[in-house]
Amino acid sequence: MEFILALSIGVLGGSGVWLVMRPRTFQVIIGLSLLSYAVNLFIFSMGRFPIGAPPVLEPGTAGDPAHFADPVPQALVLTAIVIGFATTALFLVVMLASRGLTGGDHVDGRGRDE
Amino acid sequence: MSALSQHLAILPILLPLIAGAIMIPLDDQRRRLRAGIGIASALALLVIAILLMVRAGASEGSHAAVSVYRLGDWPAKFGIVLVVDRLSALMLVLTASLGLAALVFSTARWERMGPHFHALFQFQLMGLNGAFLTGDLFNLFVFFEVLLAASYGLALHGSGIARVKAGLHYIAINLAASLLFLIGVSMIYGVVGTLNMADLAARIPAIPAGDRPILEAGAAILGMAFLVKAGMWPLGFWLPTTYAAASPPAAAIFAMMSKVGVYAVLRLSLLLFGEDAGASAGFGEGWLLAGGIMTIGFGAVSVLATQDLPRLAGASVMISSGTLLAAVGAGQVSVTGGALYYLASSALAVGALFLLIELLERGRDVGADVLAVTLEAFGDGEEDEDAGEAEEVGVAIPATMAILGACFLCCALLLAGLPPLSGFIAKFAMLSAVLNPAGLGTAAAAAVVPAASWGFLAAVILSGLATVLATTRAGIRNLWAVADRVVPRVSVIEIAPVLFLLLLCIGMTVQAGPVMRYMQAAAAELHAPHAYVRDVLAPAGARGEVRP
Repeated sequence: MEFILALSIGVLGGSGVWLVMRPRTFQVIIGLSLLSYAVNLFIFSMGRFPIGAPPVLEPGTAGDPAHFADPVPQALVLTAIVIGFATTALFLVVMLASRGLTGGDHVDGRGRDE
Repeated sequence: MSALSQHLAILPILLPLIAGAIMIPLDDQRRRLRAGIGIASALALLVIAILLMVRAGASEGSHAAVSVYRLGDWPAKFGIVLVVDRLSALMLVLTASLGLAALVFSTARWERMGPHFHALFQFQLMGLNGAFLTGDLFNLFVFFEVLLAASYGLALHGSGIARVKAGLHYIAINLAASLLFLIGVSMIYGVVGTLNMADLAARIPAIPAGDRPILEAGAAILGMAFLVKAGMWPLGFWLPTTYAAASPPAAAIFAMMSKVGVYAVLRLSLLLFGEDAGASAGFGEGWLLAGGIMTIGFGAVSVLATQDLPRLAGASVMISSGTLLAAVGAGQVSVTGGALYYLASSALAVGALFLLIELLERGRDVGADVLAVTLEAFGDGEEDEDAGEAEEVGVAIPATMAILGACFLCCALLLAGLPPLSGFIAKFAMLSAVLNPAGLGTAAAAAVVPAASWGFLAAVILSGLATVLATTRAGIRNLWAVADRVVPRVSVIEIAPVLFLLLLCIGMTVQAGPVMRYMQAAAAELHAPHAYVRDVLAPAGARGEVRP
């Protein structure tokens, strides 16, 4: 399981970095999204990795932290997802404005014929 | 009244949030109302910040005045805390002053260049204040995102190709930097198990040696995110372009935004990797010093290379960031004190310069910058063809050019660090502390000044020289050598904010003694974070709100 998680973070992160380096705005935005998925999984994995363990105490059980997943990284991931979603949407709007103003989708604002 | 003073620490966040939220539904017909709310909120913020500063600076000696505000009265390890100490209060005062000046300036014309300027500005102030107040790493992330989201809107305010192009790069870089922030935060959490800054500082000395590499890697990645904001050399190429393209009031508050990065580096490096952090003590200081010196160098070269005024101001932001980072990297109490004085002085001066530039450029031809390059290259004479534009002559304040020139001179003196203004005092304080760690007047012959300190000294002095050259050239070109200039129409409401910021700098010069004592006390507090840790982690019953 750890191996699958590490592999998926690696693949997402690697593809994201490659796409961010590309010259088209659409590739950049997809790259940033992939990177944020990778980072969200990474934060999640920082809460150690107990499988099938609930993040909240159940009534009547002994409060042994070893049997429970750490809820803090999950809360962090939720916040990060929301914020990342909003900023990506904002970036999309700027991308469209840039498309409208320059007539191209190059990140440096050059037209499509250059 | 006592309830109000008890909750004073949360007001710098709540007030702009409420003000900004009220403004969103108001439509464009209610522009006066919106501007009124914005300015009233900024004025109130200034008053609150000064009250907090007085409270933080009130107690002397060993009993540090760290007042802790626990939201919902949860103990610090579980709940969210806001912490006001001298440094936070100083940053709040600077933010409120720059915000007030930029808002008043914007009412003259810039607020009409696009929608929701005032609401975005309030959210920007909220993010800045929150970042300075919070005592928790993850909340720092949230407030960073608030201020960045608002700054994306402000950077694009007024639209136009240059702004959208610069804004696209700015947003992409800062989104990537936010991801680094998250990676750093989660690595630190994974090792230490807490995100409260005081709790981190308390736990880091006990981290086993095997986990330290992960902790330090996390801190370094987190530091990258801050250094992108601060504009350190290899990470700061976006800065001059974005700041030059942004509208002047937005650029003035952005001058404060690059100080947020410096603030975070200063706060966290001294809190987490201070003297008693065990094996990790002083982690990253060498990098900060070297990176800061490189940034000063890059900023100095770009100040000299640049032809237009907004980029000159952007490059001087980089010099100021570099100086501050290198001073943090020097890791001495007295240098930090001087650096805080420099931070205040340079933030106000750069803000004033951004506002002033717009007034100066108003009187110039559009092609003047291109013409200037041609003049340099070919050295041929004046071509006065477009002398026929005299429709906007009309002086709203008397002796416009004299006042603008005097303001420009003040900005240049402040940025270059020449006497008699506060820029000189700031640089003098830093450099004398670097050369003489034990303090002036003591026999320091035995102390050998390390090579890095000489590098810092040389970089600061040479960057001052570069700034003198560049601002002299820009001043001559913009104020004297324009044969057929149209005297810009400048209203009182536009020059008053510039004068306000410069007067603050002059006030800092006249009252240099008390101000410097405050800064040194703030630096001493930062370098000995025991009081901070103790007060934040104190149980909620023993509230340390206002310690007499």
